[in-house]
Amino acid sequence: MDGVDKTNTDADNTAATVTGAEAILKVLAEEGVEVIFGYPGGAVLPIYDALFKSNTIRHILVRHEQAAVHAAEGYARSTGKTGVVLVTSGPGATNAVTGLTDALMDSIPLLCLTGQVPTHLIGNDAFQEADTTGITRPCTKHNYLVKSADTLCSSLREAFHVASTGRPGPVVVDLPKDVQMADVTVEEKDVAKVTARYQPQTEPDRAAVRKAAEMIAAAKQPVIYGGGGIINSGPAASDKLRELVALTGFPTTLTLMGLGALPSSDKHFLGMLGMHGTYEANLTMYHCDVMLNIGARFDDRVTGRTNAFSPNSAKIHVDIDPSSVNKNITVDLPIIGDAGRVIELLIEELKAIKFKPDADAMAAWWGKIQSWKSIDCLRFDQSGDIIKPQYAIHRLWEKTQGMDAFVSTEVGQHQMWAAQYFGFEEPNRWMTSGGLGTMGYGLPAAMGVQIGNPDKLVIDIAGEASFMMNMQEMSTLAQYNLPVKMFIINNEWMGMVRQWQELIHGGRYSESYSESLPDFLKLADSFGMKGLRADTVDDLDGIIDEMVAHDGPVLADIRVAKEENCFPMIPSGAAHNEMLLGPEDKAAAPVSEEGMVLV
Amino acid sequence: MTIIEERHTISVLVDNEPGVLARVIGLFSGRGYNIESLTVSEIDNISKLSRISIVTRGTPMVIEQIKAQLARIVPVHTVRDLTSAGAHIERELALIKIVNSGEDRIEALRIASTFRARTLDSTLESFVFEITGSSSKVQAFVDLMSSLGEVEVSRTGVSAISRGAVADMPIRT
Repeated sequence: MDGVDKTNTDADNTAATVTGAEAILKVLAEEGVEVIFGYPGGAVLPIYDALFKSNTIRHILVRHEQAAVHAAEGYARSTGKTGVVLVTSGPGATNAVTGLTDALMDSIPLLCLTGQVPTHLIGNDAFQEADTTGITRPCTKHNYLVKSADTLCSSLREAFHVASTGRPGPVVVDLPKDVQMADVTVEEKDVAKVTARYQPQTEPDRAAVRKAAEMIAAAKQPVIYGGGGIINSGPAASDKLRELVALTGFPTTLTLMGLGALPSSDKHFLGMLGMHGTYEANLTMYHCDVMLNIGARFDDRVTGRTNAFSPNSAKIHVDIDPSSVNKNITVDLPIIGDAGRVIELLIEELKAIKFKPDADAMAAWWGKIQSWKSIDCLRFDQSGDIIKPQYAIHRLWEKTQGMDAFVSTEVGQHQMWAAQYFGFEEPNRWMTSGGLGTMGYGLPAAMGVQIGNPDKLVIDIAGEASFMMNMQEMSTLAQYNLPVKMFIINNEWMGMVRQWQELIHGGRYSESYSESLPDFLKLADSFGMKGLRADTVDDLDGIIDEMVAHDGPVLADIRVAKEENCFPMIPSGAAHNEMLLGPEDKAAAPVSEEGMVLV
Repeated sequence: MTIIEERHTISVLVDNEPGVLARVIGLFSGRGYNIESLTVSEIDNISKLSRISIVTRGTPMVIEQIKAQLARIVPVHTVRDLTSAGAHIERELALIKIVNSGEDRIEALRIASTFRARTLDSTLESFVFEITGSSSKVQAFVDLMSSLGEVEVSRTGVSAISRGAVADMPIRT
């Protein structure tokens, strides 16, 4: 066989020689991998053969490679472990690209193994050849093309290290078929060597933390703005955040990625901030004098117009990634380090200076915040028979209280409503595509969550249009009897597109109607699943109960009001203090020309 | 508000491995940063390290971003902004072919001598000169040559190093 490395025949070598494919599985097992999401093909057949012979790692067969990556993301986000994907060369790898980009934007630790044509064919436009490392370079944290069996194990081990430490992200290891079949000696793992090249700073500069404590102690109108970095740091960071909030009594808002870091029931929690965040969260950000950003990146969905973003505050930015600092917003005090560790040290420093919140100032500040809260920006009018989408999600939340539900979403209006109306008490319970905004994310992500948390209630809050982008995964749910609940907010529109067309493009609903939808009940039936439909408000509670009680996968088609818009909303190009609270606001604040070009 | 762009020369020490240059260039193109000049060569064949010298232009915020983004790349060991770090030397080498005759030919040779350019190749109607110096000196030479005949130019781009007794980016460590 061409290209097979037969040089490793040293008689003195006592370590067992295995094939490259076996070595890959060995390294995965050594890294604690229990499950792989994948799809076979010609260039990864040796690995599938090794999987067939081994029983250490479980393989979940998806129906499309994009779904394999999202499933691994859901698994990673709900368990804190690194998700692992296995796909073939060419189309297998290119199909994975959306998922990889999604994981990069949301900082999700993933290892994606891609097959590649044998080394001697690389560059020849061979069958199912793609320049995978070239294609995935901008959408991975790092990637490898393993050209020789000698570097197979070291590349895989470094890949795990890079994916899971620092700011986590996806790493691709491209594996030519001849390398998978070569003889490999699996050396003992040398941690120092594996970690030598990539050593992110997790321990913050103590002086900077002290300075932050002083700024916090002097604050009259503070806000804590927490993000996905707290979730990524691990559950201990969320515990520390709770401690910090209790110690300071500071109002706290969370980004879409950070939901669950502080319980939604906490009296200091202002709700999510940003484009569809609460009125009180955004105005607190606008009027604060000290902002403590922990593990968030001043994303454009959060800041609105940057030159009007929180104009009078001193900003402290805690981030593990130095490139996030001063990227969108110039800050006064950057602190590079792990979110959990920084909060821990900050609490120490605050205690050391005998910090006591300024009671008068805080009372005045909370008084202002209460006045903003009293606007009740998330109110909606559930009257008549037709289900309001907000009501459907709110009831789903109320009826699943105490069940420790894990929720994924697709992308669009339902996603924002889920963020607004479904409360999270714990981290790692909320899986949504934040940065990339990938329609079709929720169903495969929910699959991964269910695999990682077999006994938990897992719900994909979906829109009918997004759902159809990866609905082939119903087959995967059926195969493994994964009891995922597909809660489809069906308004027969690409709702967010329709909303923007209404607000910005004169109500010209170009191509945003969900034409020719399937009969979702028959669709569920065809996969041997339970299908339910709620047509009126009276149906809703019963449908939710039946869905939750059923011990297999359920598709619930929730027919909702078709033209409901997602409010509050900061229109593109507007500032936090220029929110639209409801449909009656839109005439007063037309979107600016600069805003029109923003996404 | 006028946006003030600064020119910065950044030295980057990287593992000399496949794809590393693509990572650096892809970062610049993907994020819309400018590259005025880029040179790269292996400088340490034991540790397999290459040094990339990049001349770029941007607002102070963008320059900070460029450095932070470069430092994030796994095979990147060190990123140094020579422009902010203090005194440093920038040089480039250029090969200039000029095709002409008569008085212009004599003038080309005279100017080359003033610029301390070396003559590497000569025919009866052409010269190839080698010149090293700052980019502006090289440019001045090219401009002068261009007025004296048909000119072909090959420039290396800027290579740079800090002044003084400290080896900021030592090899073989």
